[in-house]
Amino acid sequence: MSTQTVKKAKQGGLATKTLVLAGLTVFTGLVLAPFLVVLINAFKSSEDYSQGGPLALPSTLYFQGMIDFWNRVEFGEKLWNSFVIAASVAVLAVIISVLNAYAIGIGRLRGRTAFLMFFLLANLLPQEALVYPLYYLSKQFDLYNTRLMVIIILTAIQAAFGTYLLSSVFRDFPPSLLEAAALDGAGKLRTLIRVVVPTSWPTLSVLFTFFFIWTWNEFFLPLIFLIDNDLQTVPLALAVLQGQREVDITTTAASALLGIVPAVLFFLIFQRTLTRGVMSGAVK
Amino acid sequence: MAKTRSRQGGKSGYLLFLLPGVLLFTAVIVIPLIMNIGISFTRWQGIGTPQWVGLEHYERLLGDANFWASFRNILFIIVAMVVVPTLLGLFLAAVLFDYVGKKIGPGTASVFRSGLYLPQVLPVAVTGIVWGWFLNSSTGVFNSILDSIGLGFLAQNWLGDPKWALWSVMFVMVWVQLGYPVVMFMSGLQRVDPELYEAADLDGAGWWQKFTRIAVHLIKPEIYVVLVTTTISALKIFGQIFVLTRGGPGNSTLVPSYFAWQNFFEKFNAGYGAAISTVLTLIIIVLTYVFLRIQTADERRGA
Repeated sequence: MSTQTVKKAKQGGLATKTLVLAGLTVFTGLVLAPFLVVLINAFKSSEDYSQGGPLALPSTLYFQGMIDFWNRVEFGEKLWNSFVIAASVAVLAVIISVLNAYAIGIGRLRGRTAFLMFFLLANLLPQEALVYPLYYLSKQFDLYNTRLMVIIILTAIQAAFGTYLLSSVFRDFPPSLLEAAALDGAGKLRTLIRVVVPTSWPTLSVLFTFFFIWTWNEFFLPLIFLIDNDLQTVPLALAVLQGQREVDITTTAASALLGIVPAVLFFLIFQRTLTRGVMSGAVK
Repeated sequence: MAKTRSRQGGKSGYLLFLLPGVLLFTAVIVIPLIMNIGISFTRWQGIGTPQWVGLEHYERLLGDANFWASFRNILFIIVAMVVVPTLLGLFLAAVLFDYVGKKIGPGTASVFRSGLYLPQVLPVAVTGIVWGWFLNSSTGVFNSILDSIGLGFLAQNWLGDPKWALWSVMFVMVWVQLGYPVVMFMSGLQRVDPELYEAADLDGAGWWQKFTRIAVHLIKPEIYVVLVTTTISALKIFGQIFVLTRGGPGNSTLVPSYFAWQNFFEKFNAGYGAAISTVLTLIIIVLTYVFLRIQTADERRGA
């Protein structure tokens, strides 16, 4: 090969590189464009919006729309409700998943495949197939319209997935560690707390993150079980507000931004955990 | 020796750990599921005594245009949530991993990956609000962009016109779902042994051949997982429909879960709602079973 052809090939490589990068940038830009549009419109006044349309930058930074919206739906309270529910569910569901998976994956109980199929199915079920009896029962037990009811239901549903995933992780748990614990005279509970949980901490933190975010984003169950305004979660409050006719565009944008911000924050904080989790959940 | 002893010694001890989970699942999943099936054989408004009607609701379903519409619409939703994201995701993951990751840098590839994944983390209600606004006929972003570039005649009532509503929902769902297969497939591609590629290079294989013969073949497990999980979430779709179109106009975007919800909480026809959700559950279980069978059969053939 002459030096000239090598040079040409390199130039061709550079052109392809630029082309591929430009194509990807445009495509990803289009995927992300809605976030940008929400951002610029959340800081506009209604007049500003009607003059410049949705794509113009705000002429002045207008915070009143966001402040009004925040006060109108008492957003701080909604954030707190969402946080309490998501954190409780994540903690409880991880605990239940660990206990189940310890018995199934490490204890290797008889009939564990049947157990696993059951937990898998429990996670696959459409919530509609459970919701009406749960709605009825919650009224009988005075749990309707309480955060506790939502926490109980979501803990069961998330723990079903957690059990399924963790059991396969625990199946490959190094037996030497378990034997060492047994030699030291540790009982089953001690082994679980002192050996199994610390060793599988990375997987557990992935599970926690997933449960937290899934619960935060949950819509169906809060829609049915949280009727009182002061119990509602962030997604629910936004959707309910949207159902009211007199909402203007800039309020919509402000509310959307306030709904997006926590989600994007979680995403940035947990990005590594999330991608690791998507992967580890994938192939087992 | 030690292993067998520890296995035999006190399995009942492990059973105790299962107790909280079993109690919780019995109360929240098993009993309600059985009750729901029971309710589907009754006429019941949620108060008073349920009245046994046998298979009446299921017979009615077979002749209900809304029921068939909801399942026809689900097929379209599956195209938007499963077929398109999987194919597009395969292509994007391959470009990002094989080309961008190797020739430009893994950092650049992961920035694109994160960008594409971002719509996945939004609450469904927020997705619905954002797109409901974008697709709005009079004040929406889409139509005003079309206007401003002189294509105003293309403007539509995207969500309010039965001709467009389902396509608009499909478009939104592609946007939501795309990032998931990209992340999954990129992580799968990491398992591909570079030596296989080098060997293929020596045999004179092009990029496309390497992609179809090696990459796609080796990330089959990820492809199965994506197909199963996205198909199931397509069948269960509720939130976006609730916020975007409420199944309308007419029944043009009606889906089974929304249809069930309507009967439970709007029409106070718990029996009928229970029948719809029972059918949906059966379909999901059968489909999962078929998928798992195909997957294990395929793995056995591969091994």
